[in-house]
Amino acid sequence: MRVKPKKTRFEKHHIENFIGRAYMSFCVLLLIVIIVSMVYFVASKGIANFVSGEVKVSDFLFGTKWSPEADTPSYGAFPFIAGSFLVTLLAALIASPLSICAALFMTEIVPGWGKKLLQPVIELLSGIPSVVYGFVGLSVIVPFLRNTLPGQGIGVAAGALVLSVMILPTITSVAADALASLPQNLKESSFALGATRWQTISRVILPTTFPAIMTGVVLGMARAFGEALAVQMVIGNAPFVPRSLFESASTLTSVITLGMGNTTMGSPQNNALWSMALVLMLMTFVFVLLVRMLERRNKI
Amino acid sequence: MQFRKSWIMALALTSVVALSACGNGGNNAATNNGGNAAATNTQNSSGAELSGSILASGSTALQPLVEQAAEKFMDANAGVDIQVQGGGSGTGLTQVAEKQVDIGNSDVFAEEKLKDADAEKAAALVDHQVAVVAIAAVSNPDAGVDTLTKQQLVDIFTGKIKNWSEVGGADQAIQIINRPASSGTRATFESFALGTKTDDLPGSIQEDSSGTVKKIIGETPGAIGYLALSYLDDSVKTLSYDGVEPSVDNVIAGKYPVWAYEHMYTNGEPNETVKAFLDFMMTDEVQTGDVVELGYIPASQMQVSRDVAGTVTPK
Repeated sequence: MRVKPKKTRFEKHHIENFIGRAYMSFCVLLLIVIIVSMVYFVASKGIANFVSGEVKVSDFLFGTKWSPEADTPSYGAFPFIAGSFLVTLLAALIASPLSICAALFMTEIVPGWGKKLLQPVIELLSGIPSVVYGFVGLSVIVPFLRNTLPGQGIGVAAGALVLSVMILPTITSVAADALASLPQNLKESSFALGATRWQTISRVILPTTFPAIMTGVVLGMARAFGEALAVQMVIGNAPFVPRSLFESASTLTSVITLGMGNTTMGSPQNNALWSMALVLMLMTFVFVLLVRMLERRNKI
Repeated sequence: MQFRKSWIMALALTSVVALSACGNGGNNAATNNGGNAAATNTQNSSGAELSGSILASGSTALQPLVEQAAEKFMDANAGVDIQVQGGGSGTGLTQVAEKQVDIGNSDVFAEEKLKDADAEKAAALVDHQVAVVAIAAVSNPDAGVDTLTKQQLVDIFTGKIKNWSEVGGADQAIQIINRPASSGTRATFESFALGTKTDDLPGSIQEDSSGTVKKIIGETPGAIGYLALSYLDDSVKTLSYDGVEPSVDNVIAGKYPVWAYEHMYTNGEPNETVKAFLDFMMTDEVQTGDVVELGYIPASQMQVSRDVAGTVTPK
C-alpha cells in the first residue's frame, strides 16, 4: 500500500517529463523545418532564372537596365541593390547620433525622469505601422523637401529621412541597454581621477560600449534594409541609380512589393523578383553575422 | 443500390438547376420592383438550392466590385460562401490557372500575362468580362493644358517633351508619375493611349496605389500621370485625348479608346454555383447598380467590343 502511491507519483513525474520534452522537441523541430523550408523556397525560386539560363548572375547583380516588359527583357538589379544600400547607410548616419545621444541622456545625464519621459516616446515609434510612416513622409517630408531643396521631394533623401525615424527605437534601446549594463566602478574610477562627466562619457563610456552600440546600429540597418512600404511610398521607384539625393530611386523591397502581385508565378520576371528576395535574405545573414562578431568583441 | 444512388443524385441535380433558375428570376424581379421585392426574393430562394463556397482572388482594381456583388449574392443565397481576395492580376491568373481559386480577377487578358511556356494555361481559362475601366491622362491643375494629342503624350512619356510650354501650357518642367512596368493600368494606357511600350525614364516616379498617384499628381508642380475614371476629382486636371473627353458616354460609344475590360476568369467551364454568381454579375441589378456606383462602366452597355489583339468592333 505504501509503495503504490509512490510508484504512481514516480510515473507521473516521468510522464510529465516526457510530455514536456516531447512538446518542446516538436516545437523546435517545427521551427527548424519552417526556417529550412523558407530558406529553401526563397533560394530555389531565386536561382531559377540563373539555372534555366534566362539571366546570368553577373547581369543580374551588376546590370543597370531593368526592363522586364520589353521585347528583349533585361533584368539588371544593380540600381535596386545600390538604392537599398544608399538609403540604409544614409538612414543609419542620420539616426545613429540621435539614438546614441538619446541613450546617453536616458542612462548617464538624467537617468530618472529623462528615462521615464524619453523611453516610452521612443518605444512608441516602433509601434507605428509603416504605412503611417509612408503617409506622413508623403504629406510632410516630401512637400518640405520639394519647397526647400531641388527636385520633386520624392527621392532618396525622403526615403532615408523616413527610415531614420523608423530605426531610431531599435538603435536607442540596444544602446541604452548596453550603457546601463556598464559596470558602475568604471565610471566611479573615472570620476575619482577628476574627470568631468563629458570626459567620462567620451573617453570611458563610449569606447567601452562601442561594440554594443554598433550592434544596435547594425540591427537598425537590418530593419532599414528590409523595410518596404514606407520607403516605396516616398522614394519614387524609378529603376535607375540616382544621380543626386533628391532624385527618384528604387530599393530591392520596393521593386518586389510593386511587382510581385502583377506578375505570374514562374515567369522570368517573377523569378527575378525572387532573386532580389534572395539577395535581401543573404544580406540579412550578413547583418546577423556582423552582429555576432560585434557581440564577441563586446566582452569587457 | 447503385441504381438508387444515381437516381437520387440525378434528382438532386435537376432540382438544383430548377431552383437556381428560379433564384435568378427572383433577382431580376428585385431589380424591377426596387427594394421591397428584395425581401421576397430572399424568401423565395430559401438557400437550399445553391450551396458551396467560391474563392476569388486577383486584381485589386476589381476587388471592391466583386466584394460588393458577393455580399448581395450571399444575402440571396444563404448556402453560398464567397471569399474575395486581392493580390494583383498576376496572382489571380496564376492561382486560377493552378486551380487554387475558382475565379481569377484580372485587369488584363490572361494571354497577355501567361505567355510562352504558360500559354497552354491561358487557353484553358474562360473569360467573363464583367466591367470596363477607362483610364484618363491627368495633370497637376497648374500645368495649364486641357487636351493632349496622342503624339504629344508619346513624346511626354518617352522624354522628348520636357516642359509644359512645349504643348501650350505653363513654363514648367514635366514630372512623370508612372505605374510599375508590370501594372495592368500601365499596360492599358500604353497600348491604347500611346500605342507603344515606353521605357522608364530616370527621375520618373512610380507608385502602384491609385490614391497615392492622385495625391502626388495633385501636389507636385508639373506632374502628369494616368488614373481610372473612378478616381478623378478636382485635385487633378483631367486631360482630353485628341480632343475627346474621357467620359463614360464616350467610352460606351467607342469614341474614347483608353479602356480595358475587368475579367473574371474560371478554369474551364464554371460549376453551378460559380456560374450562378458570374451570371449574377451580369444582371441589371449589378451592372446598372454596383458597377456604376463604384465607378466602373457596365460591360453589358458597351457598344463596341475588343479582343485580345486590341481590335475594336462595333457590337
